Amino acid sequence: MAETAVTGQLKQEATTPAEHELFVNMGPQHPSTHGVLRLMLTVDGERVLSLKPDVGYLHRCFEKIAERRSVPMVVPYCDRTDYLAAITSEWAYVMAAEKLMGVEVPERAEYIRVIVGEMQRIASHLLWFGTFALDLGATTAFLYSFRERETLFDIFQKLTGARMLYNYLRVGGVRNDLYDGFVEDMQRYLKLLEEKLIEYNNLLTGNRIFETRTKGVGVISKEDALAYGASGPVLRGSGVPHDLRKADPYSVYDRFEFGIPVGEHGDVYSRFVVRVQEFYESIKIIRQALKDLPGGPWQGDVPRRMKLVGDVYTRVESPRGEVGVYLVGDGSDQPYRCHYRSPCFVHLQLLEPMGVGHLIADMVAIIGSIDIVMGEVDR
Amino acid sequence: MTELLWGAWQGWGFGQSSFNVVMGLIKGLLVCVFLAVNALFLVYMERKVSGYIQGRLGPMRVGPKGLLQTAADALKLVTKEDIIPSGADVAVFILAPLVFFAAATAIWVVIPFGPQDIVQDLNIGLIYISAVTGLSVLAILMAGWSSNNKWSLLGAMRSAAQLVSYEIPLVLSLVAIGMMAGSLRLGDIVAAQQSGVTSWFVFPQILGFIVFFTAGLAEINRAPFDLPEAESELVAGYNTEYSGFRWAVFFLAEYANLVAFSALAATFFFGGPTGPFLPPFVWFLIKTYFFIFVAMWIRWTLPRIRVDHLMNLCWYVLIPLALINLGWTGLYVVLWG
Repeated sequence: MAETAVTGQLKQEATTPAEHELFVNMGPQHPSTHGVLRLMLTVDGERVLSLKPDVGYLHRCFEKIAERRSVPMVVPYCDRTDYLAAITSEWAYVMAAEKLMGVEVPERAEYIRVIVGEMQRIASHLLWFGTFALDLGATTAFLYSFRERETLFDIFQKLTGARMLYNYLRVGGVRNDLYDGFVEDMQRYLKLLEEKLIEYNNLLTGNRIFETRTKGVGVISKEDALAYGASGPVLRGSGVPHDLRKADPYSVYDRFEFGIPVGEHGDVYSRFVVRVQEFYESIKIIRQALKDLPGGPWQGDVPRRMKLVGDVYTRVESPRGEVGVYLVGDGSDQPYRCHYRSPCFVHLQLLEPMGVGHLIADMVAIIGSIDIVMGEVDR
Repeated sequence: MTELLWGAWQGWGFGQSSFNVVMGLIKGLLVCVFLAVNALFLVYMERKVSGYIQGRLGPMRVGPKGLLQTAADALKLVTKEDIIPSGADVAVFILAPLVFFAAATAIWVVIPFGPQDIVQDLNIGLIYISAVTGLSVLAILMAGWSSNNKWSLLGAMRSAAQLVSYEIPLVLSLVAIGMMAGSLRLGDIVAAQQSGVTSWFVFPQILGFIVFFTAGLAEINRAPFDLPEAESELVAGYNTEYSGFRWAVFFLAEYANLVAFSALAATFFFGGPTGPFLPPFVWFLIKTYFFIFVAMWIRWTLPRIRVDHLMNLCWYVLIPLALINLGWTGLYVVLWG
């Protein structure tokens, strides 16, 4: 690969440490960089002096591919951006296309979207909980949360046919209606999850080792978080009550009662608390949606020949933050331009202000706390 | 048994000194076999215990209930290609696992399998133990440095930082044991706890036991103190570059250390191989395996502690506790000893 000016300079800076310093490559093959993130660290002993994230190891040209495909053909690609929260990525894209075409989504479809969206948030947070604990060395919490995640995936599988990459949302609705017994399955699952969350809490929250590892580590102030463009639990962990489901309600989120958990100190622990609280908020939303679930069609009227005209930016609150899709149409059925805003890409910038001055062991906790998905960063 | 062999040996016309050498070799061999068998079983036990704790089955495929899994794994490790990284310091790289294993086995010289069954009941047993346990850090430093890998080096440095933290409280807790028994000989320590549960040192030495157990876990690099290898932070720390048989030797020695630590906890605080009805060796195994189980339980429950927190814990908490314990022991020995 040709060396650009930027990577050349990065290399130059990174590989010339002073006498007592050590240059360490953390990743792209490191067990705790959640995929293929590469961090170029300069360390003094174990203390991080400087840090530069290097991305691009998982780049699959999502945006360019989207330009050469008709709208329904892109939805499976959306799954593969944020592969741990496929529904929300699909949602942002489908919503953009709907706005460009002026398609109405039936009420039942919106409710189903909210339900699967929140199920996705729970699934994604369960994975985050497990891997975060694993990064800190607590192996058992990882297996516990994966157990519950698999149970949830069973429901996903019954509903959509897939466990992780669903291809479920359609322009104007969803692919298929809820199956018979979905409501009962879901209610049973939510009850189970509530029980298990207590177990998770007993395992980590309040554990002395866990608290010393996370409190006061990777602090990002409210101002910095806003200035860097953070969103989702990272922003809320710093004490900004910003949630797109409330701030810019899309779909039918304005009909549900739920809170926005907010952290106090902007450290790893605050982000942990925010995400754990979000489990309960998602449970609340799903319960309300199941109760008010209206009848009717699950797929609206969509013109046979899709025409995208104009440009639009839609955003949804994914488990990781603000996922946005900027879509420009030129009158054909393929978008002229598609841009995907990835929250994790933005959060990567935060690693430097968060991590410098901490130990390598803390870096692992910090990366875990921003819940990074490299598929989404590189797209 | 020894007398019988001694008789035969004399019958063949050999003397006392050569008999001692041969007996030493036999005992050494027995200890090595004991450790190897234990390690084989412990790998299986660890996987089963972790499986039980994590709500899964653990190994089930190879042999009945997966019992032969470790044998299959060991076979795989032995037959693997021997890889030495190109930039490695070859001599030190090869030597490091051996030093580690030697240090792990050396402790077993003084550990009592029964009231009389000690390989060599040194009269400075406690001092010997505190000296030998420090050796394994040397091996880790050798492994970390010679691998020519930055992660290994970081792991080795952590190990050194860990040593200066846990060694002092550990030795202080041993001193209190020496005071209680009035001897540094492990045989005497066992003898002092021979008259039932009430004579166990754990009751007057509860503080000492806490210090010993915590510092001891740190010494054998068990989670939550598995900082030198910390796979989620330092990839695998000092044994990143080790594979195949050399790695197996490290692994074997680690389990030997775990057994030694548990056996020492049983010997110092819980009467060692003494107990009613059952033969001493069985009691030794029961008590040892109890502590092995506790160590595994801790490993699969707690997150990993950070290296500077470990130093804080050792210097600010364990050392004061050990000193308090030392003062209390002095008082105890004077008043009731």
